[in-house]
Amino acid sequence: MSRTVAERDTVAASRRTSGPIARTLRLLALLGATVIFVYPFFWLISASLKPSESVFDNSLLPSDWQFENYREIWTAVPLGTWVLNSVTVTLAAAVAVTISSALVAFGFAYFRFPGRNLLFGLVIATMMLPAVVLMVPQYLVWNSLHLASSQVPLWAPNLFGSAFYIFLLRQFFLGLPRELFDAARIDGANYWTMFYRIAVPLCRPALVVTFVFEVQAAWTDLIRPLIYLRDPDLFTVPRGLKAVLDQFGEGGELRWEIVCAASVVVTVPMIVVFLICQRQFTSGIATTGRKG
Amino acid sequence: MSDPATLAGTGRRARTRRWMASWRNRDTRAAYLFILPWLVGFALLTAGPMIASFVLSFTNYDGIGPTKNVGFDNYRQLFDDPSVATSMMNTLVFTALRVPLSMALALALAMLLLRVTRGSGFFRTVFYLPVMTPSVAVGILFLLLFNGNVGVINRALEFVGITGPSWTTDGSWVKPGLVLTTLWALGGTVVIYLAALKNVPQELYEASELDGAGRWTSFVNVTLPQISGALFFTLIVNTIASLQTFTEAYTAFYGTANTQTYSSDAALFYVVYLFQQAFQFMHMGYASALSWLLFLVILVITLVQARLSKRFVYYEGEAR
Repeated sequence: MSRTVAERDTVAASRRTSGPIARTLRLLALLGATVIFVYPFFWLISASLKPSESVFDNSLLPSDWQFENYREIWTAVPLGTWVLNSVTVTLAAAVAVTISSALVAFGFAYFRFPGRNLLFGLVIATMMLPAVVLMVPQYLVWNSLHLASSQVPLWAPNLFGSAFYIFLLRQFFLGLPRELFDAARIDGANYWTMFYRIAVPLCRPALVVTFVFEVQAAWTDLIRPLIYLRDPDLFTVPRGLKAVLDQFGEGGELRWEIVCAASVVVTVPMIVVFLICQRQFTSGIATTGRKG
Repeated sequence: MSDPATLAGTGRRARTRRWMASWRNRDTRAAYLFILPWLVGFALLTAGPMIASFVLSFTNYDGIGPTKNVGFDNYRQLFDDPSVATSMMNTLVFTALRVPLSMALALALAMLLLRVTRGSGFFRTVFYLPVMTPSVAVGILFLLLFNGNVGVINRALEFVGITGPSWTTDGSWVKPGLVLTTLWALGGTVVIYLAALKNVPQELYEASELDGAGRWTSFVNVTLPQISGALFFTLIVNTIASLQTFTEAYTAFYGTANTQTYSSDAALFYVVYLFQQAFQFMHMGYASALSWLLFLVILVITLVQARLSKRFVYYEGEAR
């Protein structure tokens, strides 16, 4: 009897309203939606394997499998370098934001100190602040540090924590019973030990949520690479994909199969991350409501 | 006689003394050490830049030439520059189309999913996959699938006897096309609604059934009020995100490195225009004024939505 109330209710709800016709219609609607959600992926993958002239022939199976498209994109542009750049930047961004946000969140959750409510109010306020407002002045900050044409601005801001994750992790830390910390304190643990040995291990799921959310955000970001990366050797994959589109798409060589191949290379890592960390994504979204 | 001024003075002094004393407390010092990263970041990357941006909005700063104070010129220019009106209008229309549609569709999908006993995990995964797709790739998919001549959408429409519009080039169809494209990634909203729907107490449905309410009445009087918190949350978040739409449109319509132009006025979104002013033309002063206008618009819209929500959002005691 380990079902939660919610699950029991769901089962009850389905029992209440399900005639066989209703159930079939519902399933058909869901399958229809599935086709809409999945079709573009198949279209993209199959187009990336077609010869140039049949990209738009709308058959899901290429009549002539052109795996060379992938070899060609790999040699035409420094795709390997871009993937490596993206991996570095993404990991740096995600590791930095997870550690710093956890520290700050613990500070707000465990201690009562003068100025706490005011400062936490500021955290919430920055969460509401549209990122775009800070785009220009932050560029000037990095410019004055002579870092405006480097990858540093893509991950270094994460060293200072991010309001959304601070909020999320604080909620989790607040949920830990205070007696745990009091007991540790009596045993002579210092603050760092309490954070590192008690709070962090107990909140690991929330830390994983933070990490995977940031992996997605950092991997898919286009606007900051557009602002900060001039040298094609420093491009991340989304920035590189825009360059590929410029070169091979409309107004370029009109070789859409190459564009499609590059799009697949950009997208697949996120799909893999999602399939591995699905539970974290859906539970994280359900509890925090991130990502409309 | 107690003079209010002196009372306040001692009060303040007492507070200051307590504040000073608290610094001798180990806890306080440790707490500030823990939150130090955020404090530094807030000063360097949020508060400082905001002040700088405000000051810059009254200058003609371009990163190269001499900077001089231009008073309210940048703000006056906001009203004279036709691209500001165009891009703001585009952005508002896009948001007004996208947000209600995505909420309604996401709710419909979530309600379908709620009733499924087997395979709901599979459907949830499938619905969420587009959210993981980088927006650049989404922009490219828009160009390919919505292409007026050869795109699969118009081929499908042709199949049922409809001549589809030129989604990617016809000014009046570009925004609807982009709305449809971005609707593809509504899986996040579905997950939120699903979680909210699962929390609706079953007794309420039973009670309304006993009162003779039909499906629709139960939906309006039980489901909607019970999940109004989630609806409100997604309304705010989706609105703010839509108002900042950039990547899909920029990918699809910004020219190549050789032709540095934006190919569709109908898809000139506000953030795209801001980005161009700031980083293509290096009009940093003007771009700062543009940022503050957007900030103001987002603030006003959010406050209006929050005010409206007070009338519609149902909170059960202190539970949520």
